[in-house]
Amino acid sequence: MSADPDLLDLILEPLQYEFMVRALVTTIIAAVLCAVLSCWLVLVGWSLMGDAVSHAVLPGVVIAYIAGIPFVIGALGFGVLAVVAIGAISATSRVKEDAAIGIVFTTLFALGLVLISVTPSQTDLNHIIFGNILGVSETDLAQVAGLAAVGLVVLLLKRRDLTLYAFDPIHCHALGISTRRLRSLLLGMLALTAVVSLQVVGVVLVVAMLIIPGATAYLLTDRFRRMLLIAPVTSVACSVAGIYLSYWIDAASGGLVVVVQGSAFFLVYLLSPRHGLLAKWRSHGSESRAIPSHSAPVTPP
Amino acid sequence: MISAIEAHDLGVRYGAVPALDGVTLRVDAGRVTALIGMNGSGKSTLFKAIMGLVRPHSGEVRIGGLTPGAARRRGLISYVPQNEAVDWTFPTSVRDVVMLGRYGHQGFTRRPRRADHAAVADALAQVELTDLADRQIGQLSGGQKKRAFVARGIAQGAHVLLLDEPFAGVDKRSEATITRLLRELAADGRTIFTSTHDLHGLPQLADEAVLLKGHVLLHGTVEDVLQPHQLARAFGLETHSLTAVASLDGVA
Repeated sequence: MSADPDLLDLILEPLQYEFMVRALVTTIIAAVLCAVLSCWLVLVGWSLMGDAVSHAVLPGVVIAYIAGIPFVIGALGFGVLAVVAIGAISATSRVKEDAAIGIVFTTLFALGLVLISVTPSQTDLNHIIFGNILGVSETDLAQVAGLAAVGLVVLLLKRRDLTLYAFDPIHCHALGISTRRLRSLLLGMLALTAVVSLQVVGVVLVVAMLIIPGATAYLLTDRFRRMLLIAPVTSVACSVAGIYLSYWIDAASGGLVVVVQGSAFFLVYLLSPRHGLLAKWRSHGSESRAIPSHSAPVTPP
Repeated sequence: MISAIEAHDLGVRYGAVPALDGVTLRVDAGRVTALIGMNGSGKSTLFKAIMGLVRPHSGEVRIGGLTPGAARRRGLISYVPQNEAVDWTFPTSVRDVVMLGRYGHQGFTRRPRRADHAAVADALAQVELTDLADRQIGQLSGGQKKRAFVARGIAQGAHVLLLDEPFAGVDKRSEATITRLLRELAADGRTIFTSTHDLHGLPQLADEAVLLKGHVLLHGTVEDVLQPHQLARAFGLETHSLTAVASLDGVA
């Protein structure tokens, strides 16, 4: 296998180009950070919130671009604004939380689109929306690597607290550990991760990288420690495969990264040894045949 | 360890809806005290107030003389949640759950030390779950799940154990095991305060009982509380129909 010259060429050829190397390195960094964070997001049930925050950072990023300050500051500001607004609307009106999420994040995202349309710039701000992995500069790469390093260190140092918060916030509170602070930490990490991943897949698709790896790992193991390994490994593998595919067939790289991730999830959903659909059918097959169907006699009123 | 729970004129409202009103109560250490009342009688709210999860609009709670916040920071309180309140598919083992009790004893990253592993092993042994320690938490039976959470409180070294309906979804044999365990913990000097619907097992379980209906209807011995006319007040039934129910259950 390894001696196959054609396959080797296919893999090595893109690496002659510096932009491809930078694209791959950036993708790997973003994939690892997103995947680690996604383990908590899927367990806390924050998938929708992840979607909301990753979209809502758009105006913050555009304003940061205009003001010439780091993107992450603008993103954090609007990420927090979004969460506060969602919480306030669902707490102080009869509108339920999912509707509040829908209203706030689409409005902020739209505001971002408006700001982009009126902002003159040399760089194409539309790249924020769809990602521009092939156009990553040295500076971009350094920034992504720095932010990701901060994010990963914080997440790994606080991993036990975050897991406690995800599993049993009441016990967390009973131990005198501030659930509000952990919530804020998770939120801050979400905004930071959104910024790190902008380049790779863009604002629209960041949420895929923030949910799919964690959900995939969740179907493969019953141990959180292993989720923290499986999620980044599968995410990196899928992302690199996506970038290569986009090179070979000359198609949208951000889109392909997500398509490959989603396909991998679907395979795991079907085939996971313990929690996959096939395994469930096999183990329930004999039982369900023994259980009488719903036509069981109904007692008359 | 003397950490009685004291509530004085405690009142809690959700918006305009009163959940607790003028609750004055002392739950002593070294005893098992049962909390009895209908759904919506304020049992969960009382637990929340003891843990400081809701802010009372009147009165106060003290645990061993401390405010709920100070008691929490000292790791005095442990809570065994209702079955429905736990995500049983969470990727965590029985041992990991018990280890959560040790977080208050650990440093910034909560890295377990030898003393923590020893405390977890002791707690698992005390609730007889040592053999199942590496199972995923959802793969336990109803009674074993409860014991895992009790073990967490033991590992924590909590003085006060609050249990929310520990016998719901638990078979009779496990119920006897849990009852025995709670009695042991009380004999050690802990304060055991547990809500329950199971009047049948009350004489074996508790030293005393509290009838709650937004306020304390009666706080007395199990025998007093199980008087049909007292239960009728708590559950809003006619006395005669309740007598019938009670005698059917073999309670009276």
